[in-house]
Amino acid sequence: MAKSTVMALDGAKAVANAMRQINPDVVAAYPITPQTEIVQNFSQFVADGLVDTEFIPVESEHAAMSACIGASAAGGRVMTATASAGLALMWEVVYVAASMRLPIVMSVVNRALSAPLNIHCDHSDSMGARDAGWIQIYAETAQEAYDNTLQAIRIAEHPDLRVPVMSMQDGFITGHGVERVEILDDEEVKKFIGTYQPQHSLLDVDHPATYGAWDFYDFYFEHKRQQTDALSKAMPIIVQVGEEYGKLTGRRYGIFDPYEMDDAEVAIVVLSSTAGTARTVIKALRQKGIKIGLIKPRVFRPFPAQELTEALKNVKVVAVLDRSIAFGAMGGAGPLFLELCAALYAYGDGRGPQVVDYIFGLGGRDVLPAYIERAAQDILHIAETGERGDLVRYLGLRE
Amino acid sequence: MAIKLKELAGIEERLTSGHRLCAGCAESIIIRQIVNAIEEPIVIATATGCTEIATSVYPWSSWRVPWIHSAFENAATTAAGAEAMYRSLVRQGKIEDKNIKFLAIGGDGATYDIGLQWISGVFERGHKVIYICLNNEAYMNTGIQRSSATPLGAHTTTSPAGEVIPGKTQWRKPLTKIMAAHDIPYVAQASPHRWRDLMEKAQKAVEADGPAFLNVISPCPRGWRHDSSLSIEVAKMAVETCYWPLYEVRNGSEWTLNYKPKEKLPVTEWLKMQGRFRHLFTPQFEYVIEELQAKVDEEWDKLLALCGEK
Amino acid sequence: MPNLEATWKEASWGGVVYEAGNSVEYITGGWRSFRPIRDMEQCTHCMICWVYCPDSAVLVKDGKVVGFDYDHCKGCGICAQECPVNVKEPHEYTGQMGKVIQMVPETEFEGW
Repeated sequence: MAKSTVMALDGAKAVANAMRQINPDVVAAYPITPQTEIVQNFSQFVADGLVDTEFIPVESEHAAMSACIGASAAGGRVMTATASAGLALMWEVVYVAASMRLPIVMSVVNRALSAPLNIHCDHSDSMGARDAGWIQIYAETAQEAYDNTLQAIRIAEHPDLRVPVMSMQDGFITGHGVERVEILDDEEVKKFIGTYQPQHSLLDVDHPATYGAWDFYDFYFEHKRQQTDALSKAMPIIVQVGEEYGKLTGRRYGIFDPYEMDDAEVAIVVLSSTAGTARTVIKALRQKGIKIGLIKPRVFRPFPAQELTEALKNVKVVAVLDRSIAFGAMGGAGPLFLELCAALYAYGDGRGPQVVDYIFGLGGRDVLPAYIERAAQDILHIAETGERGDLVRYLGLRE
Repeated sequence: MAIKLKELAGIEERLTSGHRLCAGCAESIIIRQIVNAIEEPIVIATATGCTEIATSVYPWSSWRVPWIHSAFENAATTAAGAEAMYRSLVRQGKIEDKNIKFLAIGGDGATYDIGLQWISGVFERGHKVIYICLNNEAYMNTGIQRSSATPLGAHTTTSPAGEVIPGKTQWRKPLTKIMAAHDIPYVAQASPHRWRDLMEKAQKAVEADGPAFLNVISPCPRGWRHDSSLSIEVAKMAVETCYWPLYEVRNGSEWTLNYKPKEKLPVTEWLKMQGRFRHLFTPQFEYVIEELQAKVDEEWDKLLALCGEK
Repeated sequence: MPNLEATWKEASWGGVVYEAGNSVEYITGGWRSFRPIRDMEQCTHCMICWVYCPDSAVLVKDGKVVGFDYDHCKGCGICAQECPVNVKEPHEYTGQMGKVIQMVPETEFEGW
């Protein structure tokens, strides 16, 4: 096992430390709650000479991603971080980065979108960017946020992909929550991420190339097909990088984390920090002999449709917990539910589980174990009676 | 470096033929003058607009220098990102220092309007980016809509001359002064008809070794409604009427007038060359010409004072 | 000449064009309705047409204008408008007095 140090860090500081160890050639970022701690900690590393990074303290998030695009096209390693309105402001160029196949890594500390203004956690920011062509990875803990950041570099820069990666953690909950985090030795990180080999560079004045040419209807379709092909090839690479990281640290990473799924008759599917709360609830229910399990997807883009369908094939009822709403979508459900339903329909054998959706935790609303237990009781009831009832429900809402 | 056309004319063009700008478009004239005057290796970022779409129709490219387009508003920042990467990689010894210069090019829409914040940020942070505004005074790529560079009285499709409204009802944003107010090493206004002045300004911008801004008037035969052969003449008249003075500002405070017409011509001489002002030559709207002349005179007087010419 | 029929597997990733300046193979001369004709004898090779050409279509060799690139000249007429030299003898092609570079309707040429 590689040498590491145990530290008490919150998720934002853990990510800032990962960035210090990655030592990107350029970081362009703008402060926004609850991401600010990443950018300010990283700025301190720059000020202290602990990194070689050229740090660009831009005037907006759109400028952050714009600078990242220019810098990445110029052939070096590039990172940024944002949240909420910042991600929304950079939306246009989030697409550009992916479409130009620039392996930028962006840390997102999930926060609600306005209005009303709210600085606390939900997933409406990154879920809004789910179709932008980026790989999306969600972390449950500060440790995972740290680990995912390092792996994101390897995934984004893989020569078969060249796809940017968004690495998420929950604002305040893990972003500002201090945890025990194992930080690898700097040298180990250096070895793990390797040196970046750009395919080409804007700075290669001896071999000038044109980046960001525009497409008529005669080529745009082909370039979009390439992008979707790249994302379809990402899963095995994410798995391979996760396994390699596991050998190094003892912490193995895959596509999703199952808990008590072997004989589960009902299951909860939830992203990020809430999975921890759900695990506690499930552990208690298991002690009462209830056959309930948990799946915490780690990778949301590309969506592991077949893998989740397979994992849930013997389950009777699934409760999906969504921390955002896809407004106007089927039943007013959340994105995780919608994707999972589509997967079960497309890849299932028709005998797959019933699925209900629970919208929870919007704008940082607390998620109590009792709420998850209520969802668990609901799906146990559905499993018993076969009566599904409401497709979409709400946890922790004053009704 | 002294500019000798006979020597320059032999070099390999950095912007090649085969681009799809309209016949008589001044944008490529301006770009050729600038990029051919710069000896150093260059990297160019271009904002969405006529030049961008006409020179990079996949799988074609008219650029023999590294070139990038990202979006409409962010050419300055895209160039700044590349410039930051260059500084980083050179400082770390990862690449050789080739004395690369970074240019950003945008139209007046990209510069005066949608991209102003990005340019301002790049200048404040001191990125060594030379920003060039190809100022054809409207959104020409989308079909002639008014921008904050469009002058008073001009007909555009979103400031049309009608029965009661005489085209654009506002004057124009004093962008060159706004850029000069950033106290950056070099800011200049130029015109392609005075090619030597423009080429020297490109060289001065390089030598200034810091953020620089060139605002270059760029006649547009389609949008300004003049014959394609007259683009240089129309630019010249803009300068002879003092509508578009040629000047430079160093470090926000050292103002130099580069050209003073022997006889300052009335602005009508410039207006009458262009169909976009045709409606002003009617009894109903001729008062606009007076207002326009008054604005030109007022700005010219202020400029003369700033340049120590009066 | 780039592959205009490239499939999605063949097209370059992200639309990067590696053949810098390949638009020289894209012909824009067909846009032209007037053709600039230069009186070669009376031309002083001042290069004003070169510096004002929007299409890099004035061909220069060893400090001399050697002709126009009619594959790319769009016939805007700027070179003729800005040519500072008046002919002393009638123009060798048009037979007219006036500038060394004069515009001639394309309809007068073969292949129209």
